[in-house]
Amino acid sequence: MRYAEAFFHFWYDFLIGDEWRIAAGIVIVLLLTAAAVHGVSARAAGGVVLAGVLLVEAYALWKAVGGKG
Amino acid sequence: MSDVFLFLSAGLASAVEFVEALTIVLAVGLTRQWRSTLIGVAAAAAALGVGVAIFGAALVAFVPLDALRLVVGGFLLVFGLQWVRKAVLRAAGRKALHDEDAIFARERDEAAQHAVVAQGMDWYAFTVSFKGVFLEGAEVAFIVVTFGTNAKNIPLAALGSLVAAVLVIGAGVLLHKPLAAVPENTLKFAVGLMLTTFGAFWAGEGLGVSWPGEDLAILGLLAVFVVAAWLAVWAVRPRPSIRPTPTRLRPEAGD
Repeated sequence: MRYAEAFFHFWYDFLIGDEWRIAAGIVIVLLLTAAAVHGVSARAAGGVVLAGVLLVEAYALWKAVGGKG
Repeated sequence: MSDVFLFLSAGLASAVEFVEALTIVLAVGLTRQWRSTLIGVAAAAAALGVGVAIFGAALVAFVPLDALRLVVGGFLLVFGLQWVRKAVLRAAGRKALHDEDAIFARERDEAAQHAVVAQGMDWYAFTVSFKGVFLEGAEVAFIVVTFGTNAKNIPLAALGSLVAAVLVIGAGVLLHKPLAAVPENTLKFAVGLMLTTFGAFWAGEGLGVSWPGEDLAILGLLAVFVVAAWLAVWAVRPRPSIRPTPTRLRPEAGD
């Protein structure tokens, strides 16, 4: 059991890190980008990636300095 | 253009992790027994090498390029944004700088608390050096394999990592102490921005995004992320009128 826990913790730390909101935010950004590629245009979807990444980082920093929400 | 970025990204990311691994190895080797410490280093390097060979070959052989770019791009974005977030907080004075001297002293004190084995195998030294090198090296291995696979040039990514290893280990052997003078936060800032840039570009390509200028879009993305990070440092810097938040953290190995 302890080995299973240690194994899980290693991969969680390696892949997700100490701020899970960044990983969750990136998943949402990629889903929105896929929707934009198919629903709007492949060129405009690049803007969704860029804006989404900037918003995720801004939110993570805001939480790190004590932001609520 | 992409080749230069590939070489630099793999080299810089490797250099940061090698500096941290070197600190642990030096602390254990100087305090306990060099033979067992170096066997631990060699075992970790061999385990990583086997992992890279199997993982890299499997990726190239079995995973379609678009799917690979999406998954790898997503993970690079997560890694990159974590690194940039910590680097911004450190640059703004919200988080303690990574102090290799302090980490070296802590590892050395911990190693000294266990009975030293003068002859034969010192399993404490072996285990600590193996764990340190393996954990720090795993991220390097991931970056080398995924960057190399995506750019269809694993040898160049591996060369960037190898050059970094030679420089860091060479400096460590010459100085016989941790490389505290390396501007680690600046390096981490640069690596985080590169990981974020490549992550956004590849994840977008994997989903079918048509980037203006194709590969030249990498430069544009990098420029936007650099400016945004610079603005973020300014924005989160504590102001005299605002009571500082208790978010200063103790520096830790691998942090």
